[in-house]
Amino acid sequence: MSRADKIDVKNLSVYYGNDPAVKNISILIPEKKATALIGPSGCGKSTFLRTINRMNDLIPGARIEGNVLVDGQDIYDPKADVVEIRTRVGMVFQRPNPFPKSIFENVAYGPRRHGNNRKADLEEIVEKSLTEAALWGEVKDRLNDFALDLSGGQQQRLCIARALAIQPEVLLMDEPASALDPISTAKVEDLIDELKKDYTIVIVTHNMQQAARVSDKTAFFLSGELIEFDETSKIFTNPQDKRTEDYITGRFG
Amino acid sequence: MKNYKDWIIEKILLVLGISSIVVLAMIFLFLLKDGLQFFSVVSLKDFLTGDTWLPTSKPASFGILPLLVGSFAVTLVALTIAVPFGLALAIYLGEIASSRTKEILKPTVELLAAIPSVVYGFIGITVIAPAVKSFFNISSGFTLFTGGLILALMALPTIVSIAEDALHAVPGSYKEASLALGASSWETIVHVILPAAKSGLIAAIMLGMGRVIGETMTVLMVTGNAPIIPGSIFESGRTMTATIAAEMGETVHGSTHYYSLFGIGLVLFTITFAINFTADYFVQRQRG
Amino acid sequence: MTKAAKEKLAFQLLTIASVMVLIPTVGIIVYIVIKGLPAINWSFLTEPPRNMMTEGGIYPAIMGTLYLVLGTIAIALPLGVGAAIYLNEYAGTSRMRRLVHLAIVNLAGVPSVVYGLFGLGFFVIVLGFGRSLIAGSLTLAIMILPVIITTTEEALKSVPNSYREASLALGATKWQTVRNAVLPSATPGIITGTILGIGRAAGETAPILFTVAAFYLPSIPKSIFDQAMALPYHLYILVTEVPNVPEETKFGTALVLLTLVVGLNLVAVLIRTRTRRRSY
Repeated sequence: MSRADKIDVKNLSVYYGNDPAVKNISILIPEKKATALIGPSGCGKSTFLRTINRMNDLIPGARIEGNVLVDGQDIYDPKADVVEIRTRVGMVFQRPNPFPKSIFENVAYGPRRHGNNRKADLEEIVEKSLTEAALWGEVKDRLNDFALDLSGGQQQRLCIARALAIQPEVLLMDEPASALDPISTAKVEDLIDELKKDYTIVIVTHNMQQAARVSDKTAFFLSGELIEFDETSKIFTNPQDKRTEDYITGRFG
Repeated sequence: MKNYKDWIIEKILLVLGISSIVVLAMIFLFLLKDGLQFFSVVSLKDFLTGDTWLPTSKPASFGILPLLVGSFAVTLVALTIAVPFGLALAIYLGEIASSRTKEILKPTVELLAAIPSVVYGFIGITVIAPAVKSFFNISSGFTLFTGGLILALMALPTIVSIAEDALHAVPGSYKEASLALGASSWETIVHVILPAAKSGLIAAIMLGMGRVIGETMTVLMVTGNAPIIPGSIFESGRTMTATIAAEMGETVHGSTHYYSLFGIGLVLFTITFAINFTADYFVQRQRG
Repeated sequence: MTKAAKEKLAFQLLTIASVMVLIPTVGIIVYIVIKGLPAINWSFLTEPPRNMMTEGGIYPAIMGTLYLVLGTIAIALPLGVGAAIYLNEYAGTSRMRRLVHLAIVNLAGVPSVVYGLFGLGFFVIVLGFGRSLIAGSLTLAIMILPVIITTTEEALKSVPNSYREASLALGATKWQTVRNAVLPSATPGIITGTILGIGRAAGETAPILFTVAAFYLPSIPKSIFDQAMALPYHLYILVTEVPNVPEETKFGTALVLLTLVVGLNLVAVLIRTRTRRRSY
């Protein structure tokens, strides 16, 4: 693992009951770059994503084999602190899921849980995070409004701001634009482009153009296996595997 | 540190989580303990089959057959009335009523459940017993029938709400399939929806029955309270629940009479436990 | 008979049956209001009964019921809500959860007079509380436990899982998630359940018969180990045990009790429908 690699996955398999959803995957995800995970529905890319901050722990009957190292530390070590891992590895979900609270309280949620309740601190964090998420200009005059009254696209950027507020090192995004209209999608994509300067981003997407636009590296998943992983430009122009080529050219299911 | 606190909270919640099991077990063990005290004096067979309840005479007699008959009689009357009406109301609410009618009817039924049993008893004494007396031209209106009549009203909300849930749980696709084949709404209800909801409807009736058997104050106030085996439902009688309520105040703690009431409690508990256990089986089966 | 005529007849019968249920419900309430209203005045609500309960008011009974209800909620609310949180948020789909569910179903079916028996045997005698507010409150509390657990569980179930995921993904602990992301959304449901529980506790007679209820006390209780009068029991003795009580007094007492209990239920229904609308 070179210094530029943030996440090191070794021989990872994930089982739901007896069926493997992810089979023996090894991959090195680079720091401060955007890595896209593509593949047809049910190929295991979302399952894989959720192993990186142990959100799979919440699914009854889910079991994993292999190792996931973040900065060289095995996050599945029995002594590892899940809460600390999830603080370092943030997540944005497929559907915007703001809490039924004010805009301010949504962003302040993480910091408050980590013990920061000073008003001045929180105000600073909220402004900084919303700015980073390119939402500050739109909401700065109505921070106390109900978050669920925002548009879908704004809600998703709010969720990104909320994730940024605890200063994660890695940001996992599970099809973050799939529930959004094209304009909001473009905004979120621009945002990802901006964020990858400071954060390691892993994004699952259905949309190949999106993967091509925002990511530096792309991994193609099929039936729980990692078929090919390379520079995005290479995957889309000169894939090595026949199955990758079939998928990106649309000759596939 | 953070996780340590979480661990403690989880353990506290675990203890609270099993509190209901503990409480239920304690009630049972307690009734059993005091009930067994009694059964060391009077045999279970004499208790259940003896036809005379005279706990304070000398020699005392502790046969609860009259009380079992009393409880059974009011339950029969109540269910005979409440089941057809309850199911009718549930079908009406679930399949026929407009949403406006529903908005009035449902809270009304819930209101029925909210009225305290002592108020039902009071209305029973002041209105219903005299009405029963003159309508059937009998010497007293304080009869098992009167008790059953009021209990029917009290059992309705239970039957209606659970039966309606059961009807609601029938997949809409069944209904559509039947209607698409040219069946009328009524035929669909009779031949498709009711059979599909059968388990839930049985559960509704059973839970209504549990409610009726356990009801105390109303029957205590309106059934006349003679602990003898009645000749008909238009005579006075007494239920198990009413016996406990009426006599516990007068017993001496530790006397056979005192323990005999726990014996009745144990019988009641066993009956309602069996009813609820079975009803839950049907509810779960309905859910699939 | 044609298919259509048959259906029409069946629907008409069902409608008639449904309307027939409305009549006694509305009838009981209207009757009590009409006959009880003349008795209600300030002194009826604020004075103790006098002259063998044939005169005076019902103040100690009102206060007794209030105290009982407060004591009941103080015990049942933390216990019930805590249990529901455990079952819904921590227990997963374990066998224990099924067991607890069965216990709750059966507790809900235990006759109220059996709760009274247990309260007498355990709280009054074994624990030595005597007939007292504490013994009565404990008895009523275990009686309404199933109501509170069931409604709280429903409320927790209706909180979207995405709130939990969002919170956990932000590095919040399980309890922080429950406390800050789940409970706020479940609060209206919990309040509804609590009010329904209070309504039930306020109206029950059999469980307090041998655990707390006093025939007559001129003053309100001063400690949790004192006996207390209570509205439902007071109505019971006015109707069945005390001679020469004016009809008006009985109906007045019934009206106060009915107003309290039905009022609580209406509030619960209101909260429920309002929050239901908001969530759509």
